Amino acid sequence: MAGSTTDQKVEAENGGDTETRRDFLLISTVSVGAVGAAIAAWPFIDLMNPSADVLAMASTEIDLSSIEEGQSITAMWRGKPVFIRKRTSEEIESASNVEMMDLKDPEQDAARVQKPEWLVMIGICTHLGCIPLGQKTGQIKGEYNGWFCPCHGSHYDTAGRIRKGPAPKNLEIPPYKFIDNSSIRIG
Amino acid sequence: MTAPTWKNPLVKWVDTRLPIFTFMHHDLIDYPTPKNLNYMWNFGSLLGIILVIMIATGIFLSFNYTAHVDLAFDSVERIMRDVNHGWLIRYLHMNGASMFFLVVYIHIFRGLYYGSYKAPRELLWIIGVAILLVMMATAFDGYVLPWGQMSFWGATVITNLFSVIPFVGDKIVIWLWGGFAVDNPTLNRFFSLHYLLPFVIFGLVFLHIWALHTAKSNNPLGIDIKGDQDTIPFHPYYTIKDSFGFGVFLIIYLGITLFTPNLLGHPDNYIRANPLVTPAEIVPEWYFLPFYAILRAVPDNFIDIFGLLPVIIDAKTSGVVLMFASILILCLLPWLDRSKVRSAKFRPIYRQLFWIFLADCLVLGWVGAKPAEGTMLIIGRVATFWYFFHLLILVPLVSKYEKTRDLPESINASVLSKRTEIQVPAE
Repeated sequence: MAGSTTDQKVEAENGGDTETRRDFLLISTVSVGAVGAAIAAWPFIDLMNPSADVLAMASTEIDLSSIEEGQSITAMWRGKPVFIRKRTSEEIESASNVEMMDLKDPEQDAARVQKPEWLVMIGICTHLGCIPLGQKTGQIKGEYNGWFCPCHGSHYDTAGRIRKGPAPKNLEIPPYKFIDNSSIRIG
Repeated sequence: MTAPTWKNPLVKWVDTRLPIFTFMHHDLIDYPTPKNLNYMWNFGSLLGIILVIMIATGIFLSFNYTAHVDLAFDSVERIMRDVNHGWLIRYLHMNGASMFFLVVYIHIFRGLYYGSYKAPRELLWIIGVAILLVMMATAFDGYVLPWGQMSFWGATVITNLFSVIPFVGDKIVIWLWGGFAVDNPTLNRFFSLHYLLPFVIFGLVFLHIWALHTAKSNNPLGIDIKGDQDTIPFHPYYTIKDSFGFGVFLIIYLGITLFTPNLLGHPDNYIRANPLVTPAEIVPEWYFLPFYAILRAVPDNFIDIFGLLPVIIDAKTSGVVLMFASILILCLLPWLDRSKVRSAKFRPIYRQLFWIFLADCLVLGWVGAKPAEGTMLIIGRVATFWYFFHLLILVPLVSKYEKTRDLPESINASVLSKRTEIQVPAE
C-alpha cells in the first residue's frame, strides 16, 4: 500500500471507484427520467378530469315558492337530478323518530336538513346510480314511504336514508344555501 | 418448413429486405397442425375473421356517426334511414358483436374441455383472457354510442362499479366521466376508446397467435405432437375446413342480421337517453348476463354470515369484486388444474364437472336476465357459488385424485387405428 497519490488517482479512475461513479450516473439519469415521464403523464391524466366549462356549471339557483307541502320537484345540478321535497309534518316526525340502531348508514334527520320541511338531496341511488322513484304522485315510494329504486330494490325513508336493499349509503346531500326563504343555491 | 424460394422478383426483393412473405408462408400455409383436429378448432380463425368484419363495418359507421349527446341518437337514426345501406352496416356491426361473444365463449369452453390452457400454453391462455377483457370493454363502449336509454343507464351502472375502489373510488368515477354524471365528455371518450380498443385487440391477437405457433395447437387427444407424422400443413387442409365453418357461421350471422336484426337487442335503446328517467329494469346485453348475475348475487348480510374479515365489505363491493374475480380467476387455471392429462376425453370425472360448469354458466346467464328477487336470487347465489367452487376447489382436487384413462401412443397412431379413435363408452 505504498502507492503515491498519483497512483491512487489512476486507480480511482480505472478501478472499482469508476464503477460506482458510473452507477451513480446511470441510476440518477434513470430516476430523473422516470420522474420526468411521470410528470409528463399528469397532463394526459388530468385532461380526463372535469373541464373548466363543466366546473362552471357547478352551481344552480332554484325558486321554491311554488312547491306546496307534500310536493317534490326535481332540479338539475351538475347533470344530476336533485330531489327537493317540502315534507309534511308526518314525514318529518316519522323521519326523526327512527332509532339509530335501525339504520344501515346512521344519520340523524336533523343532520340531513337545514330547515326541517325542506329535504334537498341528490336523486341518485347510492348503489349503482339509478334514479329512485317517489318524486311524482302515484309512483312507488317503497316500504318506508320515501323513495324506491327500481333497479335493484333499495328502499329509502322520508329523510332519504337507506333502510332496505343493496345500496350502502343514504342519498347524498349536496352543498346548498338558502338565499332567502323561498330560494336556494346548490353548489 | 424451409424458407420458400420466391419466383416473383418484386416479392423476392421485398422478402430479402423484410421477410414478411416467408413469415406468412410459415404461419398461414406451412404451419404444422395436428391432423386430428375436430370442428371445435374452427372458432379461433373464425374469431379473427369476425374481428376484421367488426373493424370494417365500424370504420364505415364512424363516417356517419356524431359523438355528441344532442346529435348521437339522431345520427344513428340517420344511418338507419338515410345513409345508403347504413341499416345493413349497422345491423351487421350490432349483431356482429353478439356473434363475436358467442364464438369466443365456444372457443373458451373448447379450451376448458380439451385442457388447452395447460403447459406449455399458459401464456397463450392468459393472453386470451386479456383479449376477452378488452373485448368486453370495447363492446361496453360501443353500446353507449347510440345514446339510447340502455346506453346511458348501462354506462351509469357500469362506471359506478369503480366507486367501490377504496378511498379514491368517487374521484376515479368523476375522472372516468369527465364530469359529475355520464354526459358529453363521457360519450366523446367512449367513442375514441371504442375506435382504439379493436386495434389493441388486434395486437393481442397477434401475440395470441405467436404464442400458439410457438407451443403449437392442442388437439382433441390433448397429447403432444411427436413428429411430422402427427401433423398436416395448415393450408390447404385447415384453410378449407375453416372456410366451410365460416360458411356455416355466415348462414347464422346473416340469418339473424337480415331476418331478425333486433332479436338480441333491447327495445329501450331506441328511446333517446334521458338522465331523469331510469328504465324499469336495466338489462345488459346477453353476453354480459352471467357476470351481471354474479354482480347481483351477493347477499346484503354477506359479512354477517362469516364475521371474520377485519373490514366491513358491503354487498355492493363484494359483488363488484366477485364479478371481476370471475374473469381474472381464469388466469390462474393452468395452476389450479394440476392434471398432466389435458383432454377431458381421458378424465372421466373432470369431463362431467365440465358439463355441469357449462350448465352453471348458462344458468347464470338466465338469472342475469331476470329481476334479482325471490327464487331467481337464490338460484343466482347457488350458481355463483358453484362457479367459484368449481374453479377453486373441485378443479384442483379432482386433478389430484382423479384416475385418468390411458393416453394413446400418438396422434398418428390414434388416427390410423379406428379402435383408438376414442368414443368412450358410457359408464
